[in-house]
Amino acid sequence: MAEFRFKTPLAESDVRQLHVGDSVLLDGVIFGVRDGNLIRVFDKNVAPPCDWKGAALLHTAPNVKKVNGKYVPVCVGTTTSMRMDRFTEGLLRDYGVRAILGKGGMSQRTAELMKQYGAVYLSVTGGAAAMETLQIEEIEKVYWEDLMPECIWQIRFKGLGPLTVGIDAHGGNLQMDVQAQANAKAAEIMKKMGLA
Amino acid sequence: MGGLMEVAQNFYEVVETTCRDLYIQSLKEIPPDVVDAIKRAAARETKEVAKRIFSHYLRSIELGQKDNMMVCQDTGIPIYWVEIGGNVRFDGAKLTTAIIKGTERATREHPLRSSIVAPISRENRQTSTGERIPIIHYDFVPDSDEIDILFMPKGSGSENMSFMRMLVPADGINGVKKFVLENVVGAGAKPCPPMVVGIGIGGSSDLCMTLAKKATTRPVGSKNPDPKIAAIEQELFEAINSTGIGPQGLGGDTTALGVHIESAWTHITCNPVAVNIQCWRAERRRAKISTSGQVTIGF
Repeated sequence: MAEFRFKTPLAESDVRQLHVGDSVLLDGVIFGVRDGNLIRVFDKNVAPPCDWKGAALLHTAPNVKKVNGKYVPVCVGTTTSMRMDRFTEGLLRDYGVRAILGKGGMSQRTAELMKQYGAVYLSVTGGAAAMETLQIEEIEKVYWEDLMPECIWQIRFKGLGPLTVGIDAHGGNLQMDVQAQANAKAAEIMKKMGLA
Repeated sequence: MGGLMEVAQNFYEVVETTCRDLYIQSLKEIPPDVVDAIKRAAARETKEVAKRIFSHYLRSIELGQKDNMMVCQDTGIPIYWVEIGGNVRFDGAKLTTAIIKGTERATREHPLRSSIVAPISRENRQTSTGERIPIIHYDFVPDSDEIDILFMPKGSGSENMSFMRMLVPADGINGVKKFVLENVVGAGAKPCPPMVVGIGIGGSSDLCMTLAKKATTRPVGSKNPDPKIAAIEQELFEAINSTGIGPQGLGGDTTALGVHIESAWTHITCNPVAVNIQCWRAERRRAKISTSGQVTIGF
């Protein structure tokens, strides 16, 4: 398990170095996305108002307050990624996204797309938002404020992480491997308990 | 004790500010029984990735306690469990209004992210309230002259992992165990494990689900007073923890912090089971309010 540190935007050669279980720190701009804004992009066909080439996208919807007309973080954390799984192909193919950050893992289909397009899924520690919030330097811009809190958040981080590589660009999918082992183990236990 | 006690004039204002404080503090201070369970799990963990995740949990717990930070960004669905002492005389409609106002004030004054939207239009009032939200459960206890309010900000990562089935009597308790294991293991990484698994057995479909949620509010690792049910809790606890799902579903030795069952009697044709899950923080906060307006805070 190697340790890496990258600055966004990411190049394909950056993410191709990573393997599941590796630890990553990220510096620079990361875009906060989730259900509401991705539904607008893909189901309502509204192009995102920012450039996502080489971008790292974080599944989030922060707690913020406005100070002198500018949003400052109160608590910024990570939400369950699987809800946004069907948007992966469009994000990688149409917008050139290189990293999706979230919690809880993504599907085998996402792993195949990440191998094809050269992208990774970085697992943020869900629920540990206090730590993540301290790694923010600035909320630079907020797009689509009418969706509050599901706007697109342009946030600059210093040393976001350590993140765990959950899906690499070689077909590896750590959370799905753990899930498959758990399913097998559960079947075995249920048999022992006389439940099968 | 014994006599009926009318609440003091400022009682509803006290309830309002207390509910505001419960919401905010529940997001910052993780209950001590949960912290102990996380510490024990971290100490015995053998996998490297899982150890790293536990260190993030413990750091965030500390930031909540010492630096007054919200531990998680999810402000949840606000849920109140209110137990009213039989000796207390009060205006129930005013009590409900005070709880709703306290919820809105927490959201505005801290400020907190409003996580509540209309189900179809997805409109967000930015108040953490809306039609039938906050959720308030009322119950009554004899020989008490106080009101006990237990608050939980129910996060969606775990709430989305809720499961209910009307099994038939022929499925027996084995059908119940199988349903629980299949669904908890299937939830995997999504509810932010290690989790507290709440299970409802019996009742009607709606009561069964409420019991499952109520079960998650018990102190972590507490046992059902019925030894037969406690034995099932232990059996399922061991089974879930042998799956290796671990913190964040990245693999590890602890998948559940506790398995709690609550039950109710049911219909002769029914065998209902429900599962409701709490994430690793299992947030809750309690206030006991006397008729004179004295407040005691706990978990």
